[in-house]
Amino acid sequence: MAILELKNLTKSFGSLRAYHNINLTVMKGEVHALLGENGAGKSTLMKTIYGEHAPDSGGEILLHQKKIKLESTAEAIALGIGMVHQHFRLVRPFSVLQNIILGIEPKKWGFLIDYKSARNKIESIMAEFNFFVDLDSKIETLTVGTQQRVEILKILYRNAELLILDEPTAVLTPQEIKDFYIIIKNLKQKGKTILIITHKLHEIKEIADRCTIIRKGEFIETLTVKDASEQELASKMVGREVLLHAVKKEVSPTDICVLEIKNLNVLNSKKLPAIKDFNLILKKGFITGLAGIDGNGQSELVQALTGLKKSESGSVKINEKAITNLTPLEIYQNKLGMIPEDRQRVGLVMDYSIKENLVLQTIDQIPFSKYGVILNNELNKFAVKLIERFDIRPTDPEIKARNLSGGNQQKVILAREIEHNPEVLIAFQPTRGLDVGAIEYIHSELIKLRDSGKAVFLISYELDEILSLSDEIAVICEGKLTALLSQQEISNNKNLKETLGFYMAGGIK
Amino acid sequence: MKNFLVSLLSIFLGLLLGGLVLKLSGINPLDAYTVMIEGAFSQPNYISYIIIRSTPLILTGLSVAFAFKTGLFNIGTEGQFIVGALTATFLGFYFNFNPWLQIPVVMILSCFASSLYGGLAGYLKARFGVHEVLSTIMLNWLALYLSNFFVFIEGFRRPDTETTEFINQSASITLLENWKVSESGMAWLENHTFWKSFLRPPFNAGIFIALIMVFLIWFILEKTTFGFKLKATGFSQLASRYAGINTNLKMTQAMMISGALSGLAGALHVMGVSKNVAVLAAHEGYGFDGIAVALIGSNHPVGVLLSGFFLGTLKYSGQKLQSALEAPSEVISIMIGVIIFFIAIPSIFNWPLKILSRIKKESKQ
Repeated sequence: MAILELKNLTKSFGSLRAYHNINLTVMKGEVHALLGENGAGKSTLMKTIYGEHAPDSGGEILLHQKKIKLESTAEAIALGIGMVHQHFRLVRPFSVLQNIILGIEPKKWGFLIDYKSARNKIESIMAEFNFFVDLDSKIETLTVGTQQRVEILKILYRNAELLILDEPTAVLTPQEIKDFYIIIKNLKQKGKTILIITHKLHEIKEIADRCTIIRKGEFIETLTVKDASEQELASKMVGREVLLHAVKKEVSPTDICVLEIKNLNVLNSKKLPAIKDFNLILKKGFITGLAGIDGNGQSELVQALTGLKKSESGSVKINEKAITNLTPLEIYQNKLGMIPEDRQRVGLVMDYSIKENLVLQTIDQIPFSKYGVILNNELNKFAVKLIERFDIRPTDPEIKARNLSGGNQQKVILAREIEHNPEVLIAFQPTRGLDVGAIEYIHSELIKLRDSGKAVFLISYELDEILSLSDEIAVICEGKLTALLSQQEISNNKNLKETLGFYMAGGIK
Repeated sequence: MKNFLVSLLSIFLGLLLGGLVLKLSGINPLDAYTVMIEGAFSQPNYISYIIIRSTPLILTGLSVAFAFKTGLFNIGTEGQFIVGALTATFLGFYFNFNPWLQIPVVMILSCFASSLYGGLAGYLKARFGVHEVLSTIMLNWLALYLSNFFVFIEGFRRPDTETTEFINQSASITLLENWKVSESGMAWLENHTFWKSFLRPPFNAGIFIALIMVFLIWFILEKTTFGFKLKATGFSQLASRYAGINTNLKMTQAMMISGALSGLAGALHVMGVSKNVAVLAAHEGYGFDGIAVALIGSNHPVGVLLSGFFLGTLKYSGQKLQSALEAPSEVISIMIGVIIFFIAIPSIFNWPLKILSRIKKESKQ
């Protein structure tokens, strides 16, 4: 039995068409995935269902076989539709309990909040679906995974039958993702219907029953997940054949050390040790992966290597030359490049154009400027060249970084860093939030860089990414190097994922 | 382009609401605006006065806009103006070189003093994280009382007054100051009524210097690597730091240049108009008006030039309301307030702007 049906739904913003003639049927009690690349119109479609904006006239929305017209999110909630946004909407200084009841507080004598009955109701919900959160903790003290549970509790408290989850695992750690899958399965078992937006293929295979694919705002098809391969899903989503697993030649081990990190100690912003006696050697023509769970010192390590943070002790050398605690510019000039973790806040000046972002570090150099005056023609020539070489779209060098898609933003950074011809490239979460096509591209460029004899330091929270790219894998836990697996150990180990998981959780090799 | 439209619409609404206030106080708004327009443009000397009035506003506006491009809100223009004015008076009084040396020396040293004063706020921000809004507010008062203290120093104070000695003639930038009152000059002016009227006010070279500064600041911001880094710092400190830009240094430098511009406004005011400084009971507002000028001019050098003239005109012609119609001249302040209010919430105009663009589209088809 269908709980929700969309028929020929279209939505335009001015001349921009967000989605067009979408047909979607969600059956009661199923986990239905909505798959599409970034910018395909998934989130807009979900916001329509949640009543955040009305679709264009023409199509119709049926809920429980009845035609509905949503004017606001309040109506959607009243009809049993709940949504967890990608960016949580919680009041951080409030407790979990307060957040859950916010807006529909049960009242005592008409003006006092009846916390007791609220607490009882929430506790029975938690018992029913078998996941628990401390109701008296403040949101700001909770991990991201727990905050997500609060969001789910919030919509269950509002008696939602249909739960819409927008990219729920984008911000979770591997362990949190596992717990999240269990929650989804419990919800399904108890008869809730779940509509999940994602572009992660293995996630769909893991939890979804059926899957609807949207490409560039157009409905492609709905298929049963267990009959489709990941490869098939990916091709349908992107509209062409894609390589899911990076293809790389084996490299013969070299022992030429390019970057040497020795006994490095770094403090975090709270002046507590974040990196402890860290030793690592990056080799020429190697991709060295650093596996680890978010928040185990990766950020501080990168900041210390790139000069954004002073290290307490220890040394860093590029090709025997000490670069410890030099300024970011000096380190950059010593050919250490970086793709930062947060491309929008750190990697790019969002209000600058593509061409300006491409010369952010090198504006002082010839040919981009002379006597301190910018030579605009040279900037344009340079930008046009890189835009073509790295297939950045749109191709206009004057477009602001803000108006690019995530994948193209990352290409701008990649272009800038690779063009600078670095000896070492630190790639910190280089594909976070990107879709399959862009991931494929970034990975192939990293491998190209490796093949040209550079050292690549890949730091990622995604174990799959580390596994598919790395020639050598280091593991970090609580600021310490807990393991270093050589090429041989990687290829000989049958239970590599489990082994790495063990080290990531603090096991010592 | 959108900023320009927002400014124009805000000005229009400001004039409309100003008219309403006039109406409420029993004065016909049309009469009032006629008085203002006539009081601004009907005689050459009015225009001359407006230019004199606008010069410091353009410079302090430029000062605020420049700091803003680097992500800093310089509220200290008032204090920097005072420091510039005081330094110019002091040096103009103690030095007495040939004008070709005297004028640049006084001007440049005054800029230098105020750039240090502005730079102090930038340094405090860069080194200790003191928010520039707080530090510059404090520094405004510090400048005011410091100035009052210096005015009363014996030898500098003009005996039996609450003002300082006048600057030497060699430091004056008032144009044709002596010629105007010489016999030949008076004879010539007698036959040229336009110039006679135009030169009656202390018309001075300040406006030309201000115009040069508008160009210079535009050039720095748009064409130089220095401006590139300043703006990058203003947009995103994190990204700039990562790209190897010394953001702390850039913030200090931006505040120094901003301070120099405000100080220049003060120096030119002394050298061209007032010739000395007096004890201040309160802030004169040249610096604070610079914030309004920068906002109306959407922080663009050319926008600042236009809005500086606009505000100068409004302030000058507004004075005439009182004498001609016995209307409260505060109406002008209300108008400026309304204009800034609307500029601060540009989304108010999304609706009329949308209609405007639709009309444009339809007329194209």
